[in-house]
Amino acid sequence: MKVLVAVKRVIDFNVKIRVKADKTGVETANVKMSMNPFDEIGVEEAIRLKEKGVATEIVAISLGAQPCQETIRTALAMGADRGIHVLTDAELQPLAVAKLLKAVVAKEQPSVVILGKQAIDDDCNQTGQMLAALLGWSQGTFASKIAIADGKATVTREVDGGLETVELKLPMVITTDLRLNEPRYASLPNIMKAKKKPIEQMTPEALGVDPAPRLATLRVDEPPKRQGGKKVASAAELVEKLRTEARVI
Amino acid sequence: MSVLVLAEHDNASLKPATLNAVAAAQALGGELHVLVAGANCRPAAEAAAKIKGVAKVLLADDPVLAHPLAEDLAPLVVKLAESYSHVFAPTTTAGKNVMPRAAALLDVAQISDITAVVAADTFVRPIYAGNALATVQSKDKVKLITVRGTAFPAVPAEGGSAAIEATAVPGSAGLSTYKGAELSKSERPELTAARIVISGGRGMQSGDNFHLLDKIADKLHAAVGASRAAVDAGFVPNEYQVGQTGKIVAPDLYIAVGISGAIQHLAGMKDSKVIVAINKDEEAPIFQVADYGIVGDLFKILPELEAELAKQVK
Repeated sequence: MKVLVAVKRVIDFNVKIRVKADKTGVETANVKMSMNPFDEIGVEEAIRLKEKGVATEIVAISLGAQPCQETIRTALAMGADRGIHVLTDAELQPLAVAKLLKAVVAKEQPSVVILGKQAIDDDCNQTGQMLAALLGWSQGTFASKIAIADGKATVTREVDGGLETVELKLPMVITTDLRLNEPRYASLPNIMKAKKKPIEQMTPEALGVDPAPRLATLRVDEPPKRQGGKKVASAAELVEKLRTEARVI
Repeated sequence: MSVLVLAEHDNASLKPATLNAVAAAQALGGELHVLVAGANCRPAAEAAAKIKGVAKVLLADDPVLAHPLAEDLAPLVVKLAESYSHVFAPTTTAGKNVMPRAAALLDVAQISDITAVVAADTFVRPIYAGNALATVQSKDKVKLITVRGTAFPAVPAEGGSAAIEATAVPGSAGLSTYKGAELSKSERPELTAARIVISGGRGMQSGDNFHLLDKIADKLHAAVGASRAAVDAGFVPNEYQVGQTGKIVAPDLYIAVGISGAIQHLAGMKDSKVIVAINKDEEAPIFQVADYGIVGDLFKILPELEAELAKQVK
């Protein structure tokens, strides 16, 4: 069984982002980039499926400009077998990514596609659901546990009130939530080995997909700043202030 | 122009997030319909019919939708979307699951987690954990939108008398089956709807220590939340998580205990009216957003706080 796992290159979660002065977006020049944390969980899950003997091959895919290759190399160093890079400098929105992934799925025929539930840059939380829709596949979103056997998967999902368990027919799309696993660090030997693993490059044109954005971003603003920093000395003073000054209790 | 709101409900009653989604839809000013899709869900539809400003309730009542799975619900949303300019749903795990699936089937973008309606085709949505606000414009024929509840004050649940009209449900997609749920039982208000929230972080040191927060929550009728660090450490289940990748809350009072204030946590609570931080590290970033901070050992301060609440608050 082949697993396709999608990895996105995003601004590292520790970076305090800056809105560009011309309000067209967020400053990305000279900013540390990393794999989207939920996608790391996706790569880890694919590796665990292979270690359990459920998966036989793991293909890591990233879409975007040339540096996405680094993100694919990270996945290869963790344990993916080979990479696919859909090269484009165009802005990619979730629907376009879903269409491109669908085209790659048609070539690769995986049984499972794993994506992070959300990218920490655009915070959309859409691509996995859209891909499942376009393929006509089942979707196990916000997964915290996956068991695959006999052409079916039992997926535990993180929902607002707790946990929900669904049974899905394969092939399926999974999107990962935090508690699915703890991603491993790539060892030095594996980082070296990853350099020799193949990455196939393709373009949206070759895949027959028009990736043009559907939403126009008119402007990007900084949110209003909070005025914080006031300290109180004791619990007694806090309760008094909350009662008489803030009037919230 | 008419707009459709996908109701969040448990068949017997409506979830409060529905009222926030209706508020966002009302900002457009068109005729407003609500879809209640479930099984034996007429009581929820009757509640939806009473929402102020709702003109019609569509009732999709079918055993297939007993536990609405995205694979089965999305085709219904797609079928109905043709008659509307906009379809709104709350940004809940249910809304997030089905709306992108429906959008892709319609070949339109989905607009996630809006915090403001600028015009019929233009909306504001937070990106980068709320550290930037994007104003986006959609040219798609129908706009599928999820709504951040904390950004739109709930409309009154009473005062309307909409007609209820049955709508047919496409059959099961046959891709997925509901197997069960383990839902937390709590007497406390829901995190996203509570007027007061008290959350614990890694500083709580263990799940057992969360009882210190429970005692204060009981006094204040507050919900209890947690930072991602506390969830990652296994102190509490994921549904407690407040933050970029958990729940977004904006209560009147948010009390952060033993939480340093990572970007991704601030994303989930910085729109609260009043923020209190209790942390032993006076350099913790949480103090920069806190209206009232106490620097000190939470294990000493929490019992004092509980005693003071007993003394000062009736």
